[in-house]
Amino acid sequence: MSFLDYAPAPESTSILHLKKSYGLFIDGQFVKGHGSPFLTISPSTEERIAEIANANAKDVDTAVAAARRAYDRTWSKLSGADRGKYLFRIARLVQERARELAVAESLDNGKPIKESRDVDVPLVAAWFFYYAGWADKLDYAGLGPNPRALGVAAQVIPWNFPLLMLAWKIAPALAAGNTVVLKPAETTPLTALLFAEILQQADLPAGVVNIITGAGDTGEALVNHPDVNKVAFTGSTAVGRAIAKSVAGTGKKVTLELGGKAANIVFDDAPIDQAVEGIVNGIFFNQGHVCCAGSRLLVQESIHDEVIDRLKTRMSTLRLGDPLDKNTDIGAINSKEQLERIRELSDIGEAEGAERWSAPCEIPAKGFWFAPTIFTNVSTSSRIAREEIFGPVLSVLTFRTPAEAIAKANNTPYGLSAGIWSDKGSKILAVADQLRAGVIWANTFNRFDPASPFGGYKESGYGREGGRHGLAAYLEGGSW
Amino acid sequence: MNSSGPSALAPAHRAIELIGSDLTEKSLRLHLEGLSGVDAVGLEQRAASLGTRSIKTTSKAWALDTIIRLIDLTTLEGADTPGKVRSLVAKALTPDPQDASTPRVAAVCVYGDMVPSAVEALGSAHGDPDAGGISVAAVATAFPSGRASLAVKLADTADAVAAGADEIDMVIDRGAFLAGNYGLVFDQIVAVKEACRRDDGSYAHLKVILETGELNTYDNVRKASWLSILAGGDFIKTSTGKVSPAATLPVTLLMLEVVRDWHRLTGERIGVKPAGGIRASKDAIKYLVTVAETVGEEWLVPHLFRFGASSLLNDVLLQRQKLSTGRYSGPDYVTVD
Repeated sequence: MSFLDYAPAPESTSILHLKKSYGLFIDGQFVKGHGSPFLTISPSTEERIAEIANANAKDVDTAVAAARRAYDRTWSKLSGADRGKYLFRIARLVQERARELAVAESLDNGKPIKESRDVDVPLVAAWFFYYAGWADKLDYAGLGPNPRALGVAAQVIPWNFPLLMLAWKIAPALAAGNTVVLKPAETTPLTALLFAEILQQADLPAGVVNIITGAGDTGEALVNHPDVNKVAFTGSTAVGRAIAKSVAGTGKKVTLELGGKAANIVFDDAPIDQAVEGIVNGIFFNQGHVCCAGSRLLVQESIHDEVIDRLKTRMSTLRLGDPLDKNTDIGAINSKEQLERIRELSDIGEAEGAERWSAPCEIPAKGFWFAPTIFTNVSTSSRIAREEIFGPVLSVLTFRTPAEAIAKANNTPYGLSAGIWSDKGSKILAVADQLRAGVIWANTFNRFDPASPFGGYKESGYGREGGRHGLAAYLEGGSW
Repeated sequence: MNSSGPSALAPAHRAIELIGSDLTEKSLRLHLEGLSGVDAVGLEQRAASLGTRSIKTTSKAWALDTIIRLIDLTTLEGADTPGKVRSLVAKALTPDPQDASTPRVAAVCVYGDMVPSAVEALGSAHGDPDAGGISVAAVATAFPSGRASLAVKLADTADAVAAGADEIDMVIDRGAFLAGNYGLVFDQIVAVKEACRRDDGSYAHLKVILETGELNTYDNVRKASWLSILAGGDFIKTSTGKVSPAATLPVTLLMLEVVRDWHRLTGERIGVKPAGGIRASKDAIKYLVTVAETVGEEWLVPHLFRFGASSLLNDVLLQRQKLSTGRYSGPDYVTVD
């Protein structure tokens, strides 16, 4: 037997007490939806998890009305300190039910349990704790004294970090005094519905947070609803563009957090082992379903071969398989549609002349899987170097000088994140200064903290989430 | 301050192969300074993530037995006596008297003057751990500080080898290293290696202790590891156990990365020995995972990986008993040596 074939170490699902079907969470209650319900499945087994209600335009109306009522009658009347108490309570309940939430997330999304357990859920709690602290300190949000809440916030979130994106949206909105109607992604509604149970447990006043499930049309009805004051969306650039068009001229405030094609720049003086680790983390974390993923590796020509060699060795130790196994590094692709998109773009990459290499891992018979893959000899004009793949696929390009690295890194319609690897601090600062990206990591990648604002340049969206800036996105200035 | 003149260094063949025949303080320095830097945050993060591997059931059983096979059971006290060493050897031979399936440890590690007692107590069991025997390792070169003249260090080493030590655990001159006198550190290792030579021309295995707790930075650990290998070390070892911090997972990971790079470059396999501070099976398993995922599982053999430890063995025995009986016993069910 080989030691590296670690014996199975699955996290038990017995902690979950799921219902067969879930309704919409409106005005503090689970109610039936009026659209035709859909199933949410586990992407690693394709097995059914639960039936989920589908909100039609009428349900959206009811949800927005509940949020408006809660805003007018309850939430806007509470002091910041009291709002903070609810947020602290939610944060503590998330911690108490952390294991359950992590298991649910891995089951529904396909991400490895070590990520949902060590990254997603702890960050969810951190986000609520952080914004709970802000609730009674809005005078210091940088908008002058007595900033005002906007009213009802319509929030639409993606499937890659279902519960974390919910926290990014709901925590600052509530801290600032808004009420919320949130729509989770169609393929990953489960943890949002468990979160609704947490809200009941926390005794949050009815209607302050409403969670409605459904597909794109539900989201469209929500963001276009005339009685919402704020639209916050995280997802694809195409949908973000449509939202920007539809809300133009309506007076709704908008935050859009969209796609990315981040450059991860490795200089020849980089700490090489940590850089290789950072490349792996940058693109294979969460199966590459990360808007800020380091999907374009820009490596200095002089060390290209060595870096690729080391990267392949490291990738060969990645463990793909059951998301609930505690030793799994790479989980399942979230949906069949996404898998097809990844396959299609990878095939195009190959057809365009790039050299493809995939880690040698066994692909399970059922479910949606894609082996960690890198493309070398990628030209800057290739589609896999331009388009967001949103999967475990890395395109490798080279550069010769810092100026060339900066030019190539910025040569994208996106501008969400970037990474720089060098042992030389002055070089890091000089390069970071010229990169047009909202988040720049130096000698690390994919690190998140609620105190740090996050958002993009250009087609990666506008507005910032996290930190004081993320709070300001849910406020308008008071009178000076 | 540093002698960066053209003074030639001892002609260690690995260094000559890699750096060239005109081996000087300057060429050695240039070589060491050309090594890639280490990012402390990233290294520690990687070590922590390896530490989250969940080793269960059959994998755990194999890991526990492997840990025992890789232990250098150690006593390094001023109060050591021949009696104490005999008792240590008895424990090395029969770690768990209630369970005959328990493997033996790799070696016993003692001060130089205790080598005859250890050899005698081992009797016919004395031999190569890769062939089922138990080795005798001796610390030498004015362990643990290394603050003695080279002549004393060499005599200390030769004495232990003559008494039957199979392995010598030497310390580097940390003072010289931190002062930038890499050539001095290098020459001393080469000289000690030569002192490991037996009359028949064979050599006792040389483990080079870096005392990473005194080197302080990961960059220094990488340089010192590389230097020790260039000078002829068969093993690089973290610590004496007398300085805190002793072995840590990030430091061991870094040394394994050096050994992996050396193997990539030359095809030669160097051993790694974390020592000091590893007391729990749970921690030792993290080291096994780190070895397997960094250099490969072929390194998990006595001539390529060791634990320098004393109290670890009893914890592993308790875990072994738990695995076979399903119940935890207690400290009274393992022997105090």
